[in-house]
Amino acid sequence: MSVTEAAGTRPRNETAPGAEPIIVVDNVSKSFGPLQVLHGVSLTIERGTMVAIVGRSGSGKSTLLRCMNALEEINGGTIQVCGNRVAMDDRASVKRLRSEVGMVFQSYNLFPHLTVLRNITLALTVVQKKSRADADAIAHKVLGLVGLADKAEAYPEQLSGGQAQRVAIARSLALSPKVLLFDEVTSALDPELTGEVLKVMEDLARDGMTMVLVTHEMAFARRLADIVVFMHQGKVWEAGPPAEIFADPKTPELRQFLSSGL
Amino acid sequence: MITFSSTHLIYLIEAARWTVLLSVLAFIGGGAFGLVLALGRVSQHKWLRWLSAAYIQIIQGTPLLVVLFLAYFGLSILGLDIPPIIAAGLSLTLYTSAFLGEIWRGCILSVPKTQWEASNCIGLSRMQQYRHVILPQAARIAIPPTVGFMVQIIKNTSITSIIGFVELARAGQIVNNSTFEPFITFVFVAIIYFAMCYPLSLASRHFERKLNVGN
Repeated sequence: MSVTEAAGTRPRNETAPGAEPIIVVDNVSKSFGPLQVLHGVSLTIERGTMVAIVGRSGSGKSTLLRCMNALEEINGGTIQVCGNRVAMDDRASVKRLRSEVGMVFQSYNLFPHLTVLRNITLALTVVQKKSRADADAIAHKVLGLVGLADKAEAYPEQLSGGQAQRVAIARSLALSPKVLLFDEVTSALDPELTGEVLKVMEDLARDGMTMVLVTHEMAFARRLADIVVFMHQGKVWEAGPPAEIFADPKTPELRQFLSSGL
Repeated sequence: MITFSSTHLIYLIEAARWTVLLSVLAFIGGGAFGLVLALGRVSQHKWLRWLSAAYIQIIQGTPLLVVLFLAYFGLSILGLDIPPIIAAGLSLTLYTSAFLGEIWRGCILSVPKTQWEASNCIGLSRMQQYRHVILPQAARIAIPPTVGFMVQIIKNTSITSIIGFVELARAGQIVNNSTFEPFITFVFVAIIYFAMCYPLSLASRHFERKLNVGN
């Protein structure tokens, strides 16, 4: 498939998401002790777009994603999500952030002691104070969306990796977030299971969900992302539509990264 | 010559009621306070961590016997008239809480950090994370060491005989002193201890299996 064809496979692009920023990362730096992993990263993510962050291990892409969700404290710069400045020590801002941003992890992180249904309804009943019946209805709906309607009573241990990851996506979706963050969600899966997870993500993208993914799935990023961000040495090295990024890399680092066959 | 009879056996069983009562006091008091200590040890507040750690260090480094003497004789020197049951209950609570606090801290820490992150990301507060995500998982890990320690406590209640409790071990001594039949006397003492400890082990296995659902 050529790049131009690929770019056209996403119908919602035609309806133009418009320039409404939903995440604004401005000059963010982050260190772990003496090791600086983010060097003044700036990035704007617009509503209804899918942004794929790619790069080598250690390039800071996962850290950036975790900073966006206040899982890591930043040492400089600002991050705004839905107009709300993210600060880990500001409880109100974190609470608001949690209601707006969902996150899916590489290792699924389902709660092993709870059924699939309860994994999904926990926050609905405990945080959003919904009734058990309402929460169950939402859970069944999102399980249907990820194709796991029959797994409500299973425990995480009884699921395959792909199923577990789809439950994790459903758990985030149930809270109707405005943005979903995906941190290498297919890295622990074999190609077949990866396919079923990517399918769910593709459906979400087509429905207009704002998504930021850190990924090694280049073909997926090329086909579906609106913007591909290449990170290198803790900086945004190059960013742009996949057609440009993949067909015409401007820097030798990106060229080398793309040719490394990832 | 007096020989070991059913009267002696009934006397032993009656004395065992003290053992049970003291053990229950230790479990309830020590369990409740131990949970507070465990949460204090993993608290986000530095001084709470420090305070719990200091308490645990001091109690763990002090023989139960000394704690008991301090509670019973020490406090009475200060003019507080402490009934033996309060002194014994208090000492066993202090002792049990320090050990359970440290055991449970380890269990809480053994729940993967990613469980904290995932529950944080769906908006749970720290208390809600403990209640719904962390403690249920820690509890499963905690059952074997907790039961093991409870069995120790049941046997350790015998130390309260020094402040006048005629609990099972002390009653055994008394019966032996009058019958001069140490073998049969202490065999019965051992059987009664076993009858108290074994159900705990069974319950432990039952709960482990029950909580292992999905794992």
